[in-house]
Amino acid sequence: MEKIGVFVCHCGSNIKGNVDTAAVVEQISHVDGVAMAVEYPYMCAEAGQAMIRNAITEHGLTGVVVAACSPRMHEATFRKAAERAGLNSYMVEIANIREQCSWVHRDTVSATKKAVALARAAVAKVHRNTPLHPGESSVTKRALVVGGGIAGIQAALDIAEAGFEVTIVETTPSIGGKMAQLDKTFPTLDCSACILTPKMVDAAGHDNIAIHTYSEIEKVEGFVGNFTVSIRKKARSVDMDKCTGCGDCWAKCPVKRVPSEFDSGLCNRTAIYTPFAQAVPNVPVIDRTNCVKFKTGRCGLCRTVCQPGAIDFDQQDEIITENFGAVVLATGYDTISLDKFGEYAYHDSPDVLTALEFERMTNAAGPTDGRIVRMSDGHKPKSITFIQCVGSRDITNRGKTYCSKICCMYTAKQAILIKDKYPDVDVQVFYIDVRTPGKNFDEFYRRAAEEYGVKYIKGQVGKVVNVGDTLHIQAVDMLEGRHMDIQTDMIILATAIQPSATAKTTAGMFSSSVDQNHFMTEAHPKLRPVESHTAGVFLAGCGQGPKDIPETVAQASAAAAKVIGLLVKDKLMTNPCTAATDEDLCNNCGLCGNVCPYGAITYESKLTASVNNALCQGCGACVVTCPSGAMDLHGFTNRQLMAEVDAICK
Amino acid sequence: MTYSYYPGCTLKTKAKDLDHFARASAAVLGFTLEEIDEWQCCGAVYPLGTDEVVSKLPAIRVLHQAGQKNQAMVTLCSACHHVFKRVNDDMRRDVDLRRTVRNYDKELDYDGTTEVLHYMEVLQRHVGFGVLKAKVQNPLTGRKIGAYYGCMLLRPGGVMDFDDPENPTIFEDFITALGGTPVPYPYRNECCGGYISLKEAEKAGQMAGKVLESAANRGATELITACPLCLYNVSKKAAGDVPIYYFTRLLVEALDAGIDF
Repeated sequence: MEKIGVFVCHCGSNIKGNVDTAAVVEQISHVDGVAMAVEYPYMCAEAGQAMIRNAITEHGLTGVVVAACSPRMHEATFRKAAERAGLNSYMVEIANIREQCSWVHRDTVSATKKAVALARAAVAKVHRNTPLHPGESSVTKRALVVGGGIAGIQAALDIAEAGFEVTIVETTPSIGGKMAQLDKTFPTLDCSACILTPKMVDAAGHDNIAIHTYSEIEKVEGFVGNFTVSIRKKARSVDMDKCTGCGDCWAKCPVKRVPSEFDSGLCNRTAIYTPFAQAVPNVPVIDRTNCVKFKTGRCGLCRTVCQPGAIDFDQQDEIITENFGAVVLATGYDTISLDKFGEYAYHDSPDVLTALEFERMTNAAGPTDGRIVRMSDGHKPKSITFIQCVGSRDITNRGKTYCSKICCMYTAKQAILIKDKYPDVDVQVFYIDVRTPGKNFDEFYRRAAEEYGVKYIKGQVGKVVNVGDTLHIQAVDMLEGRHMDIQTDMIILATAIQPSATAKTTAGMFSSSVDQNHFMTEAHPKLRPVESHTAGVFLAGCGQGPKDIPETVAQASAAAAKVIGLLVKDKLMTNPCTAATDEDLCNNCGLCGNVCPYGAITYESKLTASVNNALCQGCGACVVTCPSGAMDLHGFTNRQLMAEVDAICK
Repeated sequence: MTYSYYPGCTLKTKAKDLDHFARASAAVLGFTLEEIDEWQCCGAVYPLGTDEVVSKLPAIRVLHQAGQKNQAMVTLCSACHHVFKRVNDDMRRDVDLRRTVRNYDKELDYDGTTEVLHYMEVLQRHVGFGVLKAKVQNPLTGRKIGAYYGCMLLRPGGVMDFDDPENPTIFEDFITALGGTPVPYPYRNECCGGYISLKEAEKAGQMAGKVLESAANRGATELITACPLCLYNVSKKAAGDVPIYYFTRLLVEALDAGIDF
């Protein structure tokens, strides 16, 4: 005979406020097999856990039901408590009477009824539970970092410093990311390159860090502790070992009109190029779509001038396969396309810039050597207008519903940079709201408005018209309630940011999920902010959500700490809730293998399907697919689930 | 293909060209415009008051009639098109409005399912600009033509579903199909001030002037429009420098639809 203890939590007033917990205790105590039932204000507190432990010893409980919050919250807590008292942790079940009951129902009577039903279902399941024992798996003590921006660099450096090998995979020819393009950084105005490039050099020179630039993730297999990742190293057409980075090749390259990605298209680059002077590695790459040699077969000037003979037109993509124990996804962001924002005349006037383009213009190493000029005529502008929230907080389908978070601050920064260089230039900012939470952030914005005399106008711009020597702006000043018809010489748009184009596919390869905006989803928005839903895969930087540099670095270090915590372990406990085949029922039809997202099912040795417990994640897809009912999931057997349903429907 | 056709009052009086040229071109292009029986003025202004139902009834009657014939409904005048599109959208979404209309006349059991098309949309979506191009007899080679959209065809973008309200291209594509050179200019989707042309004539003149100036700056030597009110307002200001006429005139010219000018 089972002896089950039921523990009903009040969660302060979270549950008790809407559920009559005393009635739940009363009613559940009459259910078959329930030896005792109690309630307590905070079951997760030490005193509550002690109640569970003592009851197991005192009453000799064979199973435990905790009616409390979601199992995602405290299942592990209660299982550990039971284990300390000598009960197998898989004999503990959670009845979620908070998220799925008290929080979503207003009427106490029906909420109480539902709470009882949920508790009864959990009791019914415990009746059919069997003790389960986790297995062990090994840990490959190496980490993979996808993305070589500041997030990836920081995470890699932290992991490498702890003594583990790290591989960075970056899709562009150099590490550095967006931060390398920026001029100054808010709120301290230190030079972006001056604080970033030393980190890039550190990463390149670190014994524990291997960098694969111009490379992409090709294929991912395995699971936490044991990922096997294929990396495609795209043909650079330049031998990394021979190249000295002298620059003779691109000085001679006849193709000079390819818009420079690094300079946001403000100037051109050659077909063989390094993206910027401080690139790491300082080895050029041939852009084969624009190279004359690859288009027509003639040319080859770069090979002629290359002293060390590093140019290799026959180089092929190379796929390398490596093993890793943990992964950090730091895939970064892009700005949205402005094709659907015709009102800002971005495509109609070279004097309408995005903020990232302006970063390159105001940068001393940029295409204008830091001079701020109108791209149309090269004249210095007398008036510059910023437009914020271009595509951010936009509920139409052309923009993004979320706040891009960084724009208010970089707009204030860019306004200050202009005023610093040219105090006589009129600078105004159109905004919806100015949002500056962050250490020393609001003070910074107020300095722009109060000390530097940047005019902040609350309102959105309706139309920008390029009339040649100037730009007309139609707008509304919402505070004064007046229509504005003004002229300006240059416009800078705070364009919304979105996850980089590869974020979704990359996340998919690691079985990690993305949200409706394709930002990678963290395992818990508050308590597990740098973990993905896939064990061993961690998140850092703007791929997870818009954030500025300080936050990105903090998140990258946090992800690195999680990776280190994983890699120091020699063995990992595996989840015993895996699928298993009933060999008497299985007819080897092969359907389960097709649906398994983890490649855990094989048919090799026997005439039935067999599950690799190390790969199986317990998703249950094979169980519902199996036409002969041969598949079952430990811990969630068909009998257990049906018993729960029966108990609810009673 | 046969469409229900709603000409509207202006096309029977001041804007006869718009109507005649459209019918003549339709004949060449192989579709038929079947005029709706006993139509009334659509009101020309979409009533913004949600409880103002009476002024929506003429449009609802017409839409219902087209629906019963299983035909899409075609309009030409921008103001009419605007009213029909928005009233149709109201009828599709608003259950209360549908009930009020039925209470008024139980015959009017209509749920907004009739497709409303502007003549230009018929050319683009049904005839196809490729086919149109193939039927051109007198290509408008070398003519620099600015399209004046005005405000009524484009906004609100979600309901009108005509083209990108900030950067429309359908009229430009039309001009290209006829062999002309389209001249996009910034003010092509701005209001001409038509609605205030009586009350604030001077302001309306300024607004129309901006449109003309913007088009001329980009090198347009003639303008086309679908809107009688825009045509009235802009041509008053144009004084012959940059002539403005209905888009259907270009169509009969290019198709050689048998009308002499």
